[in-house]
Amino acid sequence: MARLVILGGGIAGQTAALHAKKRLGGSHEVVVVTPNSLWNWIPSNIWVGVGLMQPEQVTFPLAPVYKKTGITYYQAKAVSIHPEGDAENPQPFVSVEHTSPEKKGRSEKITYDYLINATGPKLNFDATPGLGPLHHSQSVCTFDHAAHAAKALDELVARMERGEKKTIVIGTGHGTCTCQGAAFEYLFNLEFELRRRKVRHNANLIWISNEQELGDFGIGGMHIQRGGYITHSRIFTESLYTERGIQWITRAHVKEVGKDTILYEDLDGNEKSVQFDFAMLLPPFAGVGIKAFDQQGVDITTTLFAKSGFMLVDGNYEPKPYDQWLPSDWPNTYQNPKYKNIFAVGIAFAPPHAISKPMINPKGTPIFPAPPRTGMPSGVMARQVAFNVTDMMQGKSTAPTRQASLAKMGAACIASAGSNFWSGTAVSMTMYPIVPDFQTYPDTGRMLRYTSAEIGLAGHWIKHLLHFAFIYKAKANPFWRVVPE
Amino acid sequence: MPEQPQPERQPYEQSFYPAVPTRFTKMMRTNLLWQFFRFVILNLKMLRMVRKH
Repeated sequence: MARLVILGGGIAGQTAALHAKKRLGGSHEVVVVTPNSLWNWIPSNIWVGVGLMQPEQVTFPLAPVYKKTGITYYQAKAVSIHPEGDAENPQPFVSVEHTSPEKKGRSEKITYDYLINATGPKLNFDATPGLGPLHHSQSVCTFDHAAHAAKALDELVARMERGEKKTIVIGTGHGTCTCQGAAFEYLFNLEFELRRRKVRHNANLIWISNEQELGDFGIGGMHIQRGGYITHSRIFTESLYTERGIQWITRAHVKEVGKDTILYEDLDGNEKSVQFDFAMLLPPFAGVGIKAFDQQGVDITTTLFAKSGFMLVDGNYEPKPYDQWLPSDWPNTYQNPKYKNIFAVGIAFAPPHAISKPMINPKGTPIFPAPPRTGMPSGVMARQVAFNVTDMMQGKSTAPTRQASLAKMGAACIASAGSNFWSGTAVSMTMYPIVPDFQTYPDTGRMLRYTSAEIGLAGHWIKHLLHFAFIYKAKANPFWRVVPE
Repeated sequence: MPEQPQPERQPYEQSFYPAVPTRFTKMMRTNLLWQFFRFVILNLKMLRMVRKH
């Protein structure tokens, strides 16, 4: 019996674990190592952050799901990977440190035959002084951050109800952030909620981000056919901001968040500031800081991980300028080039480069989005890797046969812009491929037939349905596989 | 219906230049019949995207 160890129990980790266990049955062991006791449907955290949902509605306990499916569960965080074992035993293993109340702080070795790294990111609030819920800004990256934001928002609304004017700043808290879509959703849900609470006239809403233009979203934006024109998502997004009365600041690297002032550098190198009463700023992501050691105990972390802390896989990591980037730079199988039994999916794999064009200001500060690799693409790559690994474990193949390159994959994304069954809206986007391919599609980098965006109530209905569908799936309830990634 | 925001569209201001939707366009965004139709279309689009993997 072989053992597959999956590090992380988020969207990618859970997808990989459920598919792997379904395919392997009782013939091989599937182990999940995650420091969390709860699974969180992160896309709905934005609704927790405006007080429309409670944390219990976007989470559920992992232990009963793993017990039901026969997956071995360690509530622990991975500390180091030993792909060659150690001096006593050549069997590869992972060192973990337990996080459950009963075993907190205890260390353990878990041997593996195959390893999938799906840890997700470290929320790197430390990159910007004053950033984060422990300091001066809010976050919706986790359900408890979102609940904290909702409480602060309630206090702010109470003051606006008394007639006080307030400035609210939403966006990215560093020049290298990703996930602009999540901040966009929070901004538009907050705006919608302020209108519902009849205090919108007392709020000055400002968007601040590291995008070169609105509508970039870390994917360089996208072109859509609309009204007889092919237009960039910038046009579409600027229209939404104007319609909702939201100002925007782009090309900004937030360098410090004070008690009521955000200091930022722009792309020209100018230092500017914006005052705020409430700010929700996403942090940049980094790898979770797992170390790696060879059989002699020599540190080989740089063999397994990029400087950012994300795991190296089968991408082309040769540094090169934007105009030489190729779709083929992007990984296909997410297999580590040196240790063929190690894979990384979701945010945990190191992208070869950004998708948006890199921009650096005269002071040398990079101000451009990191590539998003969450949501649907994360689930798809996790499923494909799980299929490849289980084939290899069962002797059906000796190398990965399925591919999931972001340069050959499409994505559908629903960005909520207000939650109400009758008057809510969401932006429904599809794109193909995620990474623009200017060789195949020279004008826009994407296939226009499969690339679209529209806003409406239908999108909200879909977003709400997906909330229930994905939680149902993650619980491994009957027919869970019917729900696509 | 929630109250509407009051965008200040002044010449040469940031918000002066983008396209803004007409009342008809905004009405269609929450028109139940039209949105039910869009719901079906959007789901088909997304299924097509899923099948491309």
